[in-house]
Amino acid sequence: MPTAHQQTVSNANAENRPLLSAENISYVIRGKTILDDVSLQLHRREIITLIGPNGAGKTSLIRILLGLSDASSGKVERQQSLRLGYVPQAIDVPEVMPIRVVDFLNVTGLYNVKQCQHMLDEVNCAYLLYSPMQNISGGEMQRVLLARALLKKPQLLVLDEPASGMDIIGQQALYETIRFIRDKHDCGILMVSHDLHLVMAATDRVICLNSHICCTGHPDDVSEHPEYLKLFGDAIDGLALYSHHHDHEHDLHGNIVDAEHCHSCEPGEHEEKWQGDK
Amino acid sequence: MWTDSFILYALAAGIALALVVGPLGSVVVWRRMAYFGDTLAHAALLGVALAIAAEQLPMAGVGLTGVLIAVLLFWLEKQGNLSTDTLLGILSHSALALGLIVLSVIQAQGFNINLMSYLFGDLLAVGPSDLVLMYGSVVIILLVFSQILSPLVSISVNEELARIDGVAVEKIRFIFMILLALVIAVALKVVGILLITALLIIPAATARLYSKSPKQMVLVSVLMAIAAVVLGLLVSLGWDFPTGPAIVVSASFLFFVSRIFVR
Repeated sequence: MPTAHQQTVSNANAENRPLLSAENISYVIRGKTILDDVSLQLHRREIITLIGPNGAGKTSLIRILLGLSDASSGKVERQQSLRLGYVPQAIDVPEVMPIRVVDFLNVTGLYNVKQCQHMLDEVNCAYLLYSPMQNISGGEMQRVLLARALLKKPQLLVLDEPASGMDIIGQQALYETIRFIRDKHDCGILMVSHDLHLVMAATDRVICLNSHICCTGHPDDVSEHPEYLKLFGDAIDGLALYSHHHDHEHDLHGNIVDAEHCHSCEPGEHEEKWQGDK
Repeated sequence: MWTDSFILYALAAGIALALVVGPLGSVVVWRRMAYFGDTLAHAALLGVALAIAAEQLPMAGVGLTGVLIAVLLFWLEKQGNLSTDTLLGILSHSALALGLIVLSVIQAQGFNINLMSYLFGDLLAVGPSDLVLMYGSVVIILLVFSQILSPLVSISVNEELARIDGVAVEKIRFIFMILLALVIAVALKVVGILLITALLIIPAATARLYSKSPKQMVLVSVLMAIAAVVLGLLVSLGWDFPTGPAIVVSASFLFFVSRIFVR
């Protein structure tokens, strides 16, 4: 049911348009290529997880999508007046600032205490309303950051490693919360994650990043994709069971039909990088 | 009779300053901008010297050089490579050295300058025309400040979140720097160049001990600054101490008493 502030999604055309799309994003800092020709689209109601090893450029990509950094080349298009919610891993609130959770949630002055209370309730942290920001734990901080992002009624919610600093139980609860949020707020969700198995269960699409997009698709497909196994094989099995000839990877694995493959993986350009496999 | 009016003028001038150092000092403390305050203060000497040479109001000179320093710093920060404290070190001491040169030149030309009154303030010499200028500035500063307080709090907590919420971070920071330059100009007659940073920092630091929220800290620091002004003025009249230093010492006294008794 379209409401007054959902005009952007009121017609079928807008419905199908991506909330945000990035085309051929490259990001180079001091001669070092962090991101190489990355393209992706984020849609309403879709939960996308970005995985990749340390230094794969996950955070850089997110910063570019959010508009916090500028890409070296390529372009990012956001739907007009897109309401963005961002949940960073953690923030350091200066000790010298007296600020309670309620002040933090309502830093823009647009909400009332009741709305803040309600949103904290939704992330199961209602008891924190009047706690000083400096006194809350890492897991609580992430929930408070989530509540703050949700107050904006975001159309796109971006979470940077939302489960870091949580135990398994906390993580499971968090992913449940994230699905619930998608259903309730009807927003697109993009998250970055390290831990694979939990994430997989709560994701519509996985993007595996290592400077370039190695593979992308439904979690079940990606988890069998050679590029994915190559990056995470050790972590999954404790052994490097995987071996394949890079030249033939597409022919050998016909089952990954929805997965788009990025050209920079082709032999030739990355010869040196993949030589170890041959 | 005249003793009464000069005390009232002094009190009115001190309160004018308290009204602005509280709010702006809170933000200075949140954003660790004490060194920026010092830089503006050092540059103020240059402003005074130039104003006297041009036969203009010292307060106007101080305001102008302060704005110039803010613009320069803003530009230098954009160039990258050097950290803000290094840049401030360059600006602060260059401005001070330049100020001393201009002072010696105009003194050699026969201008008579009472340097002490600029360094430590001359509160008891404040007249009605000074008050009009001061309160005019105070009203402008507070009007602008009240408009940018929310975004200032937001970027003090976390600049990236503020940016995503649509805060024009650079613009807000720049406006705040300009406001701070104007506060230095207001403070010139009250506590002088050397002690102005103290009045930005100490009442705000004291208020931190009593506050739970940012807005509360802003309000309490105004009260602390007013208390310091009143106490300092009384002490200064009672024992014939210099007024500016007496106000700063009173502010410190309030801080230490609070530190000891407030948990």
